[in-house]
Amino acid sequence: IGNMLKCYQSLMLIIPFEMADIFYFCRRGVESIVDDEVTKRFSAQELETWNLLTRSHYNFRHISLRLTVLWGLGVLIRYGILLPLRVTLAATGISLILVLTTLVGFLPSRELRFFLTEKVHVMCYRICVRSLTAMITYHNRENKPKNGGICVANHTTPIDVIILANDGCYSLIGQAHRGLLGMVQRAMVKSSPHIWFDRSEVKDRHLVAKRLSDHVADKTKQPILIFPEGTCINNTSVMMFKKGSFEIGCTVYPVAIKYDPLFGDAFWNSSKFGMVNYLLRMMSSWAIVCSVWYLPPMNREEGEDAVQFANRVKAAIAAQGGLVDLIWDGGLKRAKVKDAFKEEQQKLYSKVLVGEQEQGDNKSSEENPEEDKSYHGSANGQ
Amino acid sequence: MGSNSSNMNHIPDGQQLLQDTGFSAAQIIRLYERFEFLDKDNTGHLRPEDLETVPDLDMNPIGARIIGAFFPPGKETLDFGSFVRILAHFLPADSNRTRAGAQQEPANSTTGKLRFAFQLYDQDRDGKISRDELLQVLRSMLGLQVTEEQLQCIAERAIQEADADKDDAISFDEFRKSLEKVDIDHKMSIRFLR
Repeated sequence: IGNMLKCYQSLMLIIPFEMADIFYFCRRGVESIVDDEVTKRFSAQELETWNLLTRSHYNFRHISLRLTVLWGLGVLIRYGILLPLRVTLAATGISLILVLTTLVGFLPSRELRFFLTEKVHVMCYRICVRSLTAMITYHNRENKPKNGGICVANHTTPIDVIILANDGCYSLIGQAHRGLLGMVQRAMVKSSPHIWFDRSEVKDRHLVAKRLSDHVADKTKQPILIFPEGTCINNTSVMMFKKGSFEIGCTVYPVAIKYDPLFGDAFWNSSKFGMVNYLLRMMSSWAIVCSVWYLPPMNREEGEDAVQFANRVKAAIAAQGGLVDLIWDGGLKRAKVKDAFKEEQQKLYSKVLVGEQEQGDNKSSEENPEEDKSYHGSANGQ
Repeated sequence: MGSNSSNMNHIPDGQQLLQDTGFSAAQIIRLYERFEFLDKDNTGHLRPEDLETVPDLDMNPIGARIIGAFFPPGKETLDFGSFVRILAHFLPADSNRTRAGAQQEPANSTTGKLRFAFQLYDQDRDGKISRDELLQVLRSMLGLQVTEEQLQCIAERAIQEADADKDDAISFDEFRKSLEKVDIDHKMSIRFLR
């Protein structure tokens, strides 16, 4: 009888569940099937007007003869004139980097090496930038990253590196590749300190953190360039920053990069295109137009943990670049949502159903200690 | 872009879907693009895994059931026509233009929407929501946040309220009756953008 009484009392206290409650979740679920905030960040954004590139036209179909002729003309110019020129330039730039950095690496004197490295890097990056016809506008150059710090930027494409390195010397950090890219990496290391990891080391977060802190501790070394999102996003939003680089405790120089997709969309959709394909597309667009804002340096404040610091930096970058600030993890491109999120939803819903019990509970807390415990237990559980 | 249906030629069953459902040509094109986007391996069919890549859906407590509604037992793949026909349930009821030759009741009528929701509860499709099925749904929506007892109480109350013929299960008519005061159209419709 005690049980029945308890059940009856809780029935009186609980806001009744309605069969219609399922509609809310159902509707939300179907809405996300039709469109959702996250997956659309992993494909190129739509343009408002057509820029004569088939690749950016969503619904390509024949509109008029004149337009098709214009488009044909555009194809001729882009593939006949622009592309060969650009490829030549790019080849020149890359070979120069290989040759010159190796040569500079042989020099004995350290100061001379630093001096020449900077010149060599900037020159080669400028050539590469010209080869893509990137029109870059740098804002607030007084905030440019200084030695012994970390430069943090939003990631849209591997070209981000070239765009930033065009205006200053950075140390790069990433996985050691093989092949042409590996060659370039090894050549770069000969003349200036970059951090290249073996695949096996990448898993070891402490090793990574140690190498990072060692590098920033040395004030003569260039700032490290890091992309905390971890993957390429389509430049309409900024996704979750991984906290690793924010734990080190040095000055962070945020940089916001915003591309104007009108003359060519720079976003690299790595699931659709390989690297070579992507570069060809870049070089056969009209141009890459972008703006780079250097934001004032930030430091971790008292009582702020790495995650909060990361979010603060992210918000600043999003605000400056006019991007949407999302909490989602870029890793969702390839992985699924963690169960913790589902539990959040369940918690919210259960609060609606059972939460009102809290107020009514003061009187009947002796009779219903178990319900009390379970509610508090679940609230503290996470 | 205009409303010419001429560029629907590459969409399978495009014209048929235009007639059968209440979607406009532009909406069908938009849905086709979404279908192609979700169809990662370009087979022309969706599988349950393809729908599971949508983070919002994965996070939804009844996400698995919603995916199940698209894939009835025995069907492993979903073609575009079926995809659109199921989504048609969520069109607002007023978007139905009178169509000559429309055979059955449109999917987005109140009854259609109710039937869709009913199927979310009634997993074994026997036409009744048993106490067990109700408990399963409640468990999905509440997870570990409530005790077994509370769950039983909630289910008990829901069945008592709705079950008119006292057979300890909720039939479709009882389901419909218990929701007559609810604005189904509002709760079970989504805006399909052009």
